[in-house]
Amino acid sequence: MGERLKRAAGIADDWPAKGVNPVALGLRLLGAGPMLILVLLVLAISLWTPNFLKPGNLANIAAQTAVIAIVAMGQQLVILTRGIDLSVGSNLALATVMGALVFQAVDSAPLVILAMLASGTLIGLVNGVVYVYGRLPHPFIITLATLSICRGLALALAVNHTTMRGMPDAVTWLGGSQAFGLPNSLFVVVAVALALLVMTRLMVWGRWTYAVGGDPKAAVEMGIPVKGVLVSMYVIAGLCAGIGAVVLAGRTGAGSPLYGTLLELDSIAAVIIGGASFLGGRGHIGHAVVGAVMIGVIRNALNLLGVEVFYQMIAIGVIVVVAVEADVLRNYLEARARVLQALRAQ
Amino acid sequence: MSPDSVLTVRHAQKHFGAVHALKDVSLEAYAGEVLALLGDNGAGKSTLVKCISGVHALDAGEILVDGEVVAVRSPAAARRAGIETVYQDLALFDNLTPAQNFFCGREIAFPSWLPRGMRLMNGRLMEREAAAVIDRLKVRLPKFDAPVALMSGGQRQAIAVARATVFARKLVILDEPTAALGLRESRKVLDLIGQLRAEGNAVILITHNMEHVVELADRAVVLRQGRKVGELRPERANQKDLVSMIVGAEA
Repeated sequence: MGERLKRAAGIADDWPAKGVNPVALGLRLLGAGPMLILVLLVLAISLWTPNFLKPGNLANIAAQTAVIAIVAMGQQLVILTRGIDLSVGSNLALATVMGALVFQAVDSAPLVILAMLASGTLIGLVNGVVYVYGRLPHPFIITLATLSICRGLALALAVNHTTMRGMPDAVTWLGGSQAFGLPNSLFVVVAVALALLVMTRLMVWGRWTYAVGGDPKAAVEMGIPVKGVLVSMYVIAGLCAGIGAVVLAGRTGAGSPLYGTLLELDSIAAVIIGGASFLGGRGHIGHAVVGAVMIGVIRNALNLLGVEVFYQMIAIGVIVVVAVEADVLRNYLEARARVLQALRAQ
Repeated sequence: MSPDSVLTVRHAQKHFGAVHALKDVSLEAYAGEVLALLGDNGAGKSTLVKCISGVHALDAGEILVDGEVVAVRSPAAARRAGIETVYQDLALFDNLTPAQNFFCGREIAFPSWLPRGMRLMNGRLMEREAAAVIDRLKVRLPKFDAPVALMSGGQRQAIAVARATVFARKLVILDEPTAALGLRESRKVLDLIGQLRAEGNAVILITHNMEHVVELADRAVVLRQGRKVGELRPERANQKDLVSMIVGAEA
């Protein structure tokens, strides 16, 4: 059996050797897609507007992208386990307010940073614990609730319910200054990415994360502590929001209950544009970073070209839809590859 | 109890609400033997197997491994006791490679003084060991570093069975391992089961396929409505008795 079918399906006999059949080739292309598109995008934009590649502008992009990238990496882990964290933006705002409040009491950079990280982590812990141990059907619900709660808390706690100026020097240095000609916030992004890469790729916990994302039921049967893994993802997402808060508060020299509006959408968009899947267990930290940079590059380019902000929003939205469709296509191709594989086994 | 009894179940009782799923079931499994567990749908086979592999807890009765009572409160505890189970849904992770699937939940990692989740994985060693087993069992996989999502039903089944063989130290339970497979792929899996037996494991096989039972099983235990209704040595000659025992039409 199969010769005719195989031909009809466009499969070569030595499948899955490299590049010989359209299905394998398609999967390979989709895997490399986001990075490829980013490179093409940068090339096209730099031809269009020569100002784009100037070091000053690139540093600008890096600084503006840093917060999205850091928060998106946390979001990536949550999405990896089939979840979503809608609270990251408000969580970040609350953290900056906490930092500002501590700064008013005492001018201590370690304490201010600690306050922001702790605030972010604590909200993440609440998200994870209520979702997992409260047996909620989907994290959408609790993180939507904490989105509202955190924003409200931030507004209530902030002096005069608005932006509070002032941050310790070390914090503004971290968020706003440069070293070796590169913005310090870029080094924060790299540090977070490296830490999370070690966790997801080298540590047993990371493998369990992929297992829980790939098949939660099988994970239980294999004796993996599924609940602990899930809670930890929200904790890390909260911590990332806290780190993002430090960077943003540092760059602006302020804490504000108005920060991070729609950041949850940016972070989710970054993860999806970067090429991760909503279907669980597929994607890595690099996806979030690539996606965040892509968003940063597109915004920056549209700014340079003088395109209005509302068209930028539309552009990002359209790109998200395209990215999700690419994910759907990838799953279709995988199913087809499986069928072809079964044919070959006959 | 005979000396080489690997698994002994004594007077197992299990209720699910009003349903009395297991009624005083006792059985033994021996090393180097395939025991077929037979019964119609709802006879209690899966319940019994899930109690042995730690998914459900028995209401009453005990489970002995190598003559000692063990408490199998979780799948992990059952595995520690040397019981491996190949579930009907295979419990494979589509997004992981065969080697990653093999070791999922018991990764080879270091250093040992860290909590298990914090340890660093020795990917190369796991890869090598998995490849050795796949080779030993003569399972043919298209690609060793591709996620199992890209593999056929038979290949996936083979991976799940192979995983059980690596870690089985005493008993392997297979829940309808050939249910979703074609002829040739079924054959592969049956060969694997034969190999498990040859390597000295006790094997419990749940299946509806009488041909497979006659061919492979050394002994058959029949359940009906939660009760053990018979135990015999399956042969072509008594295949009919076996079937009537399963459906409850006494010949």
